[in-house]
Amino acid sequence: MNFLTETVAWLLDPANWAGDGGIPTRLAQHLIFTVVTLLVSFAIAVPAGFAIGHTGRGRSVAVATSGALRAIPTLGLLTLVALWVGIGLNAPFVALTVLAIPPLLAGAYTGFEAIDRKIIDAARAVGMSEAQILIKVELPLGLPLLIGGLRSATLQVVATATLAAYIADFGLGRYLFEGLRTRDYGQMLGGSILVIILAIVLEGVFALAQKLVVPRGVTAGRPTDIRNGSSRSRAVMELSIEEGK
Amino acid sequence: MFTANRGRLTLIGAVAVGAVVALAGCASGDPLSEPSSDAADTTLVVGSQAYYSNEIIAEIYSQALEAGGFTVDRQFQIGQREVYLPDIEAGKIDVFPEYSGSLLQALDKTAVGGTADATYAELQAALPDNLRVLDQADASDQNSWTVTQAFASKYNLTDIASLTQATEALTVGGNSELETRPYGPTTLKDKYGIDIAGFVPVEDSGGPLTVKALVDGDIQLANIYTADPNIKTNNLVALSDPDGLFFPDNVVPVVSKKVDSGAADILNKVSAALTAGTLVELNSESVNDQLSAPKIATAWLKSVNLD
Repeated sequence: MNFLTETVAWLLDPANWAGDGGIPTRLAQHLIFTVVTLLVSFAIAVPAGFAIGHTGRGRSVAVATSGALRAIPTLGLLTLVALWVGIGLNAPFVALTVLAIPPLLAGAYTGFEAIDRKIIDAARAVGMSEAQILIKVELPLGLPLLIGGLRSATLQVVATATLAAYIADFGLGRYLFEGLRTRDYGQMLGGSILVIILAIVLEGVFALAQKLVVPRGVTAGRPTDIRNGSSRSRAVMELSIEEGK
Repeated sequence: MFTANRGRLTLIGAVAVGAVVALAGCASGDPLSEPSSDAADTTLVVGSQAYYSNEIIAEIYSQALEAGGFTVDRQFQIGQREVYLPDIEAGKIDVFPEYSGSLLQALDKTAVGGTADATYAELQAALPDNLRVLDQADASDQNSWTVTQAFASKYNLTDIASLTQATEALTVGGNSELETRPYGPTTLKDKYGIDIAGFVPVEDSGGPLTVKALVDGDIQLANIYTADPNIKTNNLVALSDPDGLFFPDNVVPVVSKKVDSGAADILNKVSAALTAGTLVELNSESVNDQLSAPKIATAWLKSVNLD
């Protein structure tokens, strides 16, 4: 109970809400760092995932690689990279990008794989080019799973971005490290709560996005409509991506 | 059918037993809780900081005590002083390798320090009644403000006060607790008028990342412990401290009432053998030769005939 009152006191103390080390600054740093990391990981993983999903080639390589990437401990990688490039944000950035790639890659190619092959064949039969199939059929049908992957990646990155503070004066992780080192557990718990709130807000945004991006045609074909029901599972599935870590 | 059922029953049984064992583990999850009553009389709990050099000393204490017929319960790597000090004060740990000045400052914020002996005397007075310190060793592992040799030559730096000669603002790096310590960047600014640009956290207690940041010039000033072999390997200079900003930090065992005269004799012999150069050598065996604490401890105790 004592920790909780300390935490509430810490969170409500106006001094903690102002200045360079204040909560708004750290929160913004944390959010920006998370977003930039996700954008870069997205740019690397998603085109690769689409290529694998569209052609069906290289799937085993992708599974093996992303499995291996998931197994890398982030703090270890961060330290290793930092010993090479020095302190600052570069090392945590690399470590978190590696953390975010597997769920995004998996989301991209499983999204394509979950599409009923008959739909693709039908699209080809009506004379669509490969590019049209990709953009008009596979992309919208695979989008819910891709957003699922993005959701999973965001959750991991926003929580793990606290490690940036291991070697930089940056983000909400500062509260955790400082609280831990100086036994100021109110600050530590307060910092954790801020990370949790940020994670929940982002999670809510993506949950909503995941619902909204289901194409109307797919929503119309919900399993209650038996005549149109596909024998295969629809592209809309619950988050089927295993959490790494 | 029967076999299948039995197999399932066995499985359920195994899961149930596993769960009970796991829950029982949770119930006594506090690693620092009192040891079981029958072993309590003979077992000495030896603790260490989450600092490799401290662990080596704790391992030396442990092995020396074991050689003397005591049973030792090792509770190593218990964080920084803020974390373990309450447990020592509560008598949950019986032997802990400490550093005289830093411990004194933690116990008494108004302590004045001075020479190693004066600090030791002050420490004896500052300790609560249920604790005492045994003889201190010659070996010390002191905080220091450290710069690179190149930086020191450039601005002709010798002691901490000479840092004012630097014409650039200095970025300080180290564990986050350094920012608020009595010898931290604020004091450098207020007491000496040193131009401090800011503080960068590097949370590896003056380890390889801190050294790299210093060598790279990302930070200009770091707190590196004087017994760190990295100072020599990386051409670093620990600035001298004529004003006693840092208290002398000689290695000294803090012990509880459970440590009797026999155990105290053993630890005093260890401290007598632990000379100034020894600690740097032991640390070097860990940092440069990658040897484990138990191996380093065994070899050293053998070399000084305390095994």
